[in-house]
Amino acid sequence: MSLPDRKEAEVRRLLEQRTAESVPPDLAERARTEGERLLGRRRALRTALWAGALVGLAALLVWALALGPWTATPPTTTSPTAGW
Amino acid sequence: MRERQAQTERLSAREFEAFVAGAGGRLLHAATLLTAEPPGSAPAAERLLVRALARTRADWYRMRGEDPYERTRQELAAHFARTGLRHRRSRGGLLGALTPAERLVLVLRLYEGVAEEQVAAGLGLPVERIRTLHTRALATVLSRPPDQGAAHEPA
Repeated sequence: MSLPDRKEAEVRRLLEQRTAESVPPDLAERARTEGERLLGRRRALRTALWAGALVGLAALLVWALALGPWTATPPTTTSPTAGW
Repeated sequence: MRERQAQTERLSAREFEAFVAGAGGRLLHAATLLTAEPPGSAPAAERLLVRALARTRADWYRMRGEDPYERTRQELAAHFARTGLRHRRSRGGLLGALTPAERLVLVLRLYEGVAEEQVAAGLGLPVERIRTLHTRALATVLSRPPDQGAAHEPA
């Protein structure tokens, strides 16, 4: 075994030493509650984004139908040529 | 349809609880090493773990055969990498003499047995940097026998 390997093994042994470490009994419950909150937040964000997109689309539709920007005749842009 | 969904949810809740019951101890120990708290009273490590577990829980349906343990470890490591500076001060744990980055590399490499390249990719650092951190962390831990935390040993 080379020196670095021996060092690693020694530190690994230190890390693996688990003293009386008790897992709190409500760990899963807390994680579940927080996970649900996270999901709720994601859902709310998704709903808000969809609502925004739909409102934007509706506004565009109303504007287009009310003003009908495609019906206006193109303005004349060049003045008649005279004096040539 | 709705009944079926409720049934799936109950099933997954049970699966999740079984997962936490099985892996909770090991994950909590890893989190406690990261936050350098004395084993037995590690509120910061618990918060870190609950957060990682919550994300795993939220993505439970979307994991499709992915290992939940690995997923939780990734969340834990990623969140610690972002917020590690908060845990800079030692609270008497085994790795208290190390910087948060050194602790993270040491725990991932030796305690979790993640390959060097994978740690580098996960943290977005070059492999050489991981190697340097690892070497330095090893030297520091071995040069200071873990009697530092003796004063904080749980009663």
